[in-house]
Amino acid sequence: MSPSARPVARHPRMRTNALGLTPRDYEGAMSTLCAGCGHDSVTAALIQAFYQMDVEPHRVAKLSGIGCSSKTPTYFMSQAHGFNSVHGRMPSIAAGANAANRDLLFVGISGDGDSLSIGLGQFCHAIRRNVNMLYVLENNGVYALTKGQFSASADVGTRSKKGEVNRHGPIDPVNLALSLGATFVARSFSGDKRQLVPLLKAGLAHKGFAFIDVISPCVTFNDHVGSTKSYAHTRTHAHEVVETDFVQLKSRITADYEGGSTQAVTMHDGSVVRFSKVSEDYDPRDRGKVLRYLREVRNRGEVATGLLYLEESYEDLHEFENTVERPLVELEYETLCPGSKALAELQKEWW
Amino acid sequence: MSQVNDFAFKVATVNGTGSASANGLLLQALFRMGIPVSGKNVFPSNIQGLPTWYEIRVNKDGYTARSPHFQLMVAMNPKSYQQDIAEVDPGGWVLYDSTRELDAEMRRDDVTFYGIPLAAMCADRFEKARTRILMRNIGYVGALVALLDIEMDVVAGMLEEKFAAKRQLVDANMSAIAMGYDYAKEHFECPLPIRVERMDATRDSVMVTGNSATALGCVYAGATVGCWYPITPATGVMDAFTEYCQQFRVDPDSGKNNYCILQAEDELAAAGMVIGASWMGARSFTPTSGAGISLMSEFIGLAYYAEVPSVFVDVQRTGPSTGMPTRTQQGDLLLTAYASHGDTKHVCLYPADPKECFEFSVAAFDLAERFQTPVFLVSDLDIGMNDWMIPRLEWDDAYRPDRGKVLSAEDLDEMDAFYRYLDVDGDGIPYRTLPGTHPRGSYFTRGSGHDKWGRYTENSEAYLEVVDRLVVKIRSAAEHVPQPEIHTVEGGASVGIVSIGGCHWAVMEARDQLLADGLEVDYMRVRGFPFGEAVERFLETHEKIFVVEQNRDGQLRMLLSVETGCPKEKLVSIRNYGGQPLSKEHVLDPIRPQLEVVV
Ligand SMILES: Cc1ncc(C[n+]2csc(CCOP(=O)(O)OP(=O)(O)O)c2C)c(N)n1
Ligand code: SF4
Ligand SMILES: [Mg+2]
Repeated sequence: MSPSARPVARHPRMRTNALGLTPRDYEGAMSTLCAGCGHDSVTAALIQAFYQMDVEPHRVAKLSGIGCSSKTPTYFMSQAHGFNSVHGRMPSIAAGANAANRDLLFVGISGDGDSLSIGLGQFCHAIRRNVNMLYVLENNGVYALTKGQFSASADVGTRSKKGEVNRHGPIDPVNLALSLGATFVARSFSGDKRQLVPLLKAGLAHKGFAFIDVISPCVTFNDHVGSTKSYAHTRTHAHEVVETDFVQLKSRITADYEGGSTQAVTMHDGSVVRFSKVSEDYDPRDRGKVLRYLREVRNRGEVATGLLYLEESYEDLHEFENTVERPLVELEYETLCPGSKALAELQKEWW
Repeated sequence: MSQVNDFAFKVATVNGTGSASANGLLLQALFRMGIPVSGKNVFPSNIQGLPTWYEIRVNKDGYTARSPHFQLMVAMNPKSYQQDIAEVDPGGWVLYDSTRELDAEMRRDDVTFYGIPLAAMCADRFEKARTRILMRNIGYVGALVALLDIEMDVVAGMLEEKFAAKRQLVDANMSAIAMGYDYAKEHFECPLPIRVERMDATRDSVMVTGNSATALGCVYAGATVGCWYPITPATGVMDAFTEYCQQFRVDPDSGKNNYCILQAEDELAAAGMVIGASWMGARSFTPTSGAGISLMSEFIGLAYYAEVPSVFVDVQRTGPSTGMPTRTQQGDLLLTAYASHGDTKHVCLYPADPKECFEFSVAAFDLAERFQTPVFLVSDLDIGMNDWMIPRLEWDDAYRPDRGKVLSAEDLDEMDAFYRYLDVDGDGIPYRTLPGTHPRGSYFTRGSGHDKWGRYTENSEAYLEVVDRLVVKIRSAAEHVPQPEIHTVEGGASVGIVSIGGCHWAVMEARDQLLADGLEVDYMRVRGFPFGEAVERFLETHEKIFVVEQNRDGQLRMLLSVETGCPKEKLVSIRNYGGQPLSKEHVLDPIRPQLEVVV
């Protein structure tokens, strides 16, 4: 029996976006994650962001690796094209796919195991290539799908459910991304939708690799007292460095645009990101200062959140490779094949 | 010993000294004189300072397999004198640089030694140290022009062409040629009994490496995304692809590229990029060698199971592990046929020369898209990196890529629903859509268990339905891969030889000799996997079959015994796997005694 499509009876007063789609059109299959899992909140925030950004679902490629976190592309936007790849290797699929069709919107979902241990290399190189995509790392400090081993983002001193204490220094993906030259670096918390949704939207509008590290607690394996990735610990230690407001291109005229304490960056598509600095001496456009500041926050045992760094003018994969504006998949074969005359001509050089 | 247009010689030099271009010059001159010729580069995995050799075989009958019998040794590297001098056939010649005289104990009584003080003469003639080293190579070319009776006009013409823009280089090279030539004429018996004479046997041929031909095939097939991680002996594929793309694929209006080449961080990523690009609908490929295939294996399984068309070029080198990276072998036959964990089987194409590299690389994309599966072009170092004389390549302008079952936006408009893994036509091949085409075309690509509707599953029946369909699909590819090349005697012989890839040329030569000696044997070269009817039939109709291949464990024999109905006992293994290309002796020596018993 073929799976029946979801009934499309719509409530007449259901709100719609500019494409006439409802938030429901951005939903996916029913989640199979544990009740209360942080990853589900990230999925909900993504649904909201896509809806508000008037994204055409079938023009989205949603990709992931392997893990609880990597399962989530199934749970949003059924009409987008999904690719659940192998553990830690989603960035290479995304790079190849983006090279072939630059016109789609690429969203990658990964976990801390997926991105920071088995897939650390691919994560780093996707940043170096500045693949045009939104990359969300759902960070819970453990390999949840294999039942709770410490991951590479586990903090020194954090305690596992079984009581073991982690002694290896963590890989901080934000710090790493900044050091590697990432052009959009943010951190958020799955429990803070108010902050997360605008960040996701800004990430979607960004040209290049937009990286968001989302602390996303695992209620089953890493939400106990003594864990530094629990809901409670994250709530009390999150330190919002910059408050970010994303003003989408279409609503720009109507948005109230104030100067003073706010800084604004115009995105590639004309949208605007406004930063309201919570910390006086913070400049989200000065990589060196950001790195220094984040180190201080970290040394205090706090977790800096917000759109921490943004650079809109950097070259992306297609500019590096000087590819044509049209997606390569759309080029007609006739323009790709040199033909028999050229072959005969070429072979004159073959002695 | 008088052998006109039928001999082999070897040049022993030091790598990094520019001898490659001198040896290329020799090969090209012989080819331009219309004489069938082949060259084998035997080089170290090193950048500078180690012994390196170049072997040239001249054969009027057109046999181009490697010959291990050298009548002449051009010994330019004192460090390898001992082995080089020992390698010359009795009655042969050794040309050496006599700037430093040979130690007496190096000498042999059964060969003629010709000393030429190349280094000393170059020191007199040329200023710069680097020029002296380079011109020493050109100097031995000059001596060989005299000794072998190569036409001087041909050599001069090539230098004019090569350095058209740099007059002083032509002059320097010509002066070095004359230096060697004059010295040889004056001091040696020229020409030697082994010498060349103009023929007309190369008019319709070209000289090219398999790697260049493979790359050109990718261009002609319409590949737009090439991904790779450098590895000998496959690097030349991407070098050539880059060059051809710069020549043929730059949009004249914008100056931008109608292609994208991604140098990945490793082979895992290269495979992922190919799969990503292919998923989007681009023709995409990656060239690598065995070590790379090992790393790509996890992804290859994903492409197989999720049915993503993708092309993998394996230019095999000597394994296992890093092995001998600059020596040839056919050690990846099993690896490519079954790469990745779980039950997998892949379509493989086995070219025997650069001509087939070109043709099969086009076929690889068609098969990959038609059967929605990874396809391997299984070449090797000998085919890939050496210059081969092949019939001029041809192209049919009516060719259009076989994209297989891809649904367009219009198709989708008319459908109620689309399910990615449904066997609509009953041929095991489902329909696919390209991302972004149509809202109805979306589906989820995954390497985890999925049912025919494209949903995640852990249900046995739903899982079995999909994996069992894959068996049907891959089996059906057997009749679409390049069919075997078969040579039979009239009425058919009871004994057959089976070989694969670059073994072909040595086997053909060996078989000709057996036939000339009155020993009847048939021959089949398999060109594709899975094996189809024609392969089965050949195995069935022969009582004893020699399986000739270049690996230790008899991998082709294993494949034949597992993948056909042929009883293993019928298959007699003949193997050569020390890193050198096959020569007819490798075939004749073990086969002849067994044949005489049978016949
Ligand atoms: C090659 C390979 N090795 C190991 C695994 C097993 N595995 C599955 S998920 C996972 C860890 C996932 O951790 P993370 O990315 O943090 O995701 P989470 O489940 O925590 O969201 C591992 C080790 C695998 N799928 N593939
Ligand atoms: S195990 Fe943890 S990460 Fe996985 S679904 Fe449950 S709560 Fe979420
Ligand atoms: Mg995790």
